[in-house]
Amino acid sequence: MVVEEGLKIELGKQGVIVTSLQELYNWGRRCSVWPMQFGLACCAIEMIATTMARYDMARFGAEIFRPSPRQADMMIISGTVTKKMAPQVVRLYNQMAEPKYVIAMGACAISGGPFKQGYNVLKGIDRYIPVDVHIPGCPPRPEALLQALMTLQKKIDGQPLTGEGRPRFLDAEAQGEFPVPEQGEHDLEPPSNPAVWPVPLTINK
Amino acid sequence: MPVGIPVEIGNRGQNLKTVEEIKTAIEAAVPCARVEIARNPGPSAQHSLLIGPESAIEVATFLQDDPELALDFLSNVTGVDWPDKEIAEKVKVTRQATKIINGVEQIVDETVEETRKRLEPGFLETVYHLYSMAKKHGPVVLRMRTANRTDRVELPSLTRVWRAAEFQEREIFDLYGIVFEGHPDLRRILMWDGFKDHPMRRDYVDPDDYEYEPTAHDEVLAKAHAHKTETGATPAPEGAEP
Repeated sequence: MVVEEGLKIELGKQGVIVTSLQELYNWGRRCSVWPMQFGLACCAIEMIATTMARYDMARFGAEIFRPSPRQADMMIISGTVTKKMAPQVVRLYNQMAEPKYVIAMGACAISGGPFKQGYNVLKGIDRYIPVDVHIPGCPPRPEALLQALMTLQKKIDGQPLTGEGRPRFLDAEAQGEFPVPEQGEHDLEPPSNPAVWPVPLTINK
Repeated sequence: MPVGIPVEIGNRGQNLKTVEEIKTAIEAAVPCARVEIARNPGPSAQHSLLIGPESAIEVATFLQDDPELALDFLSNVTGVDWPDKEIAEKVKVTRQATKIINGVEQIVDETVEETRKRLEPGFLETVYHLYSMAKKHGPVVLRMRTANRTDRVELPSLTRVWRAAEFQEREIFDLYGIVFEGHPDLRRILMWDGFKDHPMRRDYVDPDDYEYEPTAHDEVLAKAHAHKTETGATPAPEGAEP
């Protein structure tokens, strides 16, 4: 049954709430996205500022930073991921319970940023784990992190519970665990997870 | 700080000896010490003392304990990689040659200019910057060199003289591959334990993860291009943004 938006509002004025299970379920999920409590670099300072009274991340139900991956719904990659740290980040992501989301915060988390050409810097966390929202900036302002959170909420809101495009945790066949890279003799092995990050097409000119 | 006392930035201190005087003092106190002066031709003229590794501990202990120098504070330890250098020299060589002069073969001396290539072996170097908190002077710069860059890379650790050297010597061990003998805990500090390379060496080749370089230029552009040909990336479908 599809109820028109205008009718819903009118019914709401009369004290009647019309909704679907999917809407109710996603509303609940998107309004309590608990982030995991860890910071990697200077972006973490902005992330901390976002949680404080001035920017007040609590407005979005995302203020409860959990020190354990088991209790967290979202991972904010806030800063440069070094190759020494990358296996731990992937392992923490694997330890999070579904549904789980990732925000790559800042230039470093997206691509390595100003340290991209460093031998010790992972050139973007999306080489190993799927990222839902990327925030550009160096570091991004707290408003940008709030925008990312709102984008993530919209994404959660739009997820159907059945059929095509349903989230990973409702799909029995979807891959929920991602291989943790090994620290090899010269580099991380493998250097990227092709299932998550196919090497982008580049044109030979 | 009381107002009115001028503070000079970079003040070497009134009483700090020159490198020549320090060299003489070291040689008087530690007779077997091998000390050379490494000149800095730059405007800072911050000359350093190149000391032989065999007596480095004695020299360091002297620098710390000497009441006039009292270098009690180690501010910085770093490494330098000097790779093998090929030096081309032009040499005039006289040799005998057979020439036909007036239809007769004769042996004549002739002078030819030859370019000879000489390989100057490289080495690794550590640099210690010392100050004195007691005397408010410094820096005194110490250098030590390894025998080569490959198998004889041992230098004595000065951690037992200045405890501040511990982590910085570990960092040099990690990034340059200098092995500090007598170090209490010589492990890698920045890279992981299984890592085999020394990234700060000049001949270090960094891992090839240049698959995606949106704004590549210079060296990185060359690397990104090499990657394209290696992987044989297919051209983008028609209508795609270049």
